[in-house]
Amino acid sequence: MAPQVNDSLLVKQFIDGDERALEALINKHNKRINGFIYSKVGDREVTEDIFQDTFMKVIRTLKRGAYNEEGKFLPWVMRIAHNLIIDHFRKTNRMPKFDGSDSYSIFSMIGDDKLNIEKQLIKDQIDSEISLLIKELPLDQQEVLQMRIYKDMSFKEISDNTGVSINTALGRMRYALINLRKIIEEHNIVLTN
Amino acid sequence: MEKIYTKAQKECELIKAQPETIQFLLNYSKSLKVTEAKGIKFESNLN
Repeated sequence: MAPQVNDSLLVKQFIDGDERALEALINKHNKRINGFIYSKVGDREVTEDIFQDTFMKVIRTLKRGAYNEEGKFLPWVMRIAHNLIIDHFRKTNRMPKFDGSDSYSIFSMIGDDKLNIEKQLIKDQIDSEISLLIKELPLDQQEVLQMRIYKDMSFKEISDNTGVSINTALGRMRYALINLRKIIEEHNIVLTN
Repeated sequence: MEKIYTKAQKECELIKAQPETIQFLLNYSKSLKVTEAKGIKFESNLN
């Protein structure tokens, strides 16, 4: 007897009230359906959940008399499982999963972007030291660097404001940075945050 | 000679649902009753 005929017979027996037929159906397709779900989700617990939901839907549909795919039981169950897998991925994409392990910290999720007091103090110190170092640069380089870094101007705007070409402004910026590095190295200044 | 304490893993072992899950489904099925009244189907779960 072909497996499909067996399935339809079992389905009929179950609809007629034989609960053992359901057990037979579940056991018969257990590995295949689980393997299918696991191949998509790659997690045993999620596979178990989806398998359970799949068969709950199967049971409800059969009991309501809404099953009309006689002889195609397995593809029908697979389609239900497939839809539930899609639902699972939709849910997990919308709501990232946190497993509450030791490595997971709530503060990594709710922390703000601001520096803590200590880091803010260090940053302020570095900023003030850098502004002193900038004053050591030639005036034309100081001007370009301040416009670019502190005023966030584009090189086109710098060029328009200073009356030099964009290439000259770029060159001055490049030398300003090279000279700053030189000053820092020569004086063994450590700037860290 | 040193003993090797590793165990050969079963290859390609297909996963299957836990017996508890199957038992749950069977119990769910037994407790689920569908009744029809005026063309509307009602589900009731009697645990």
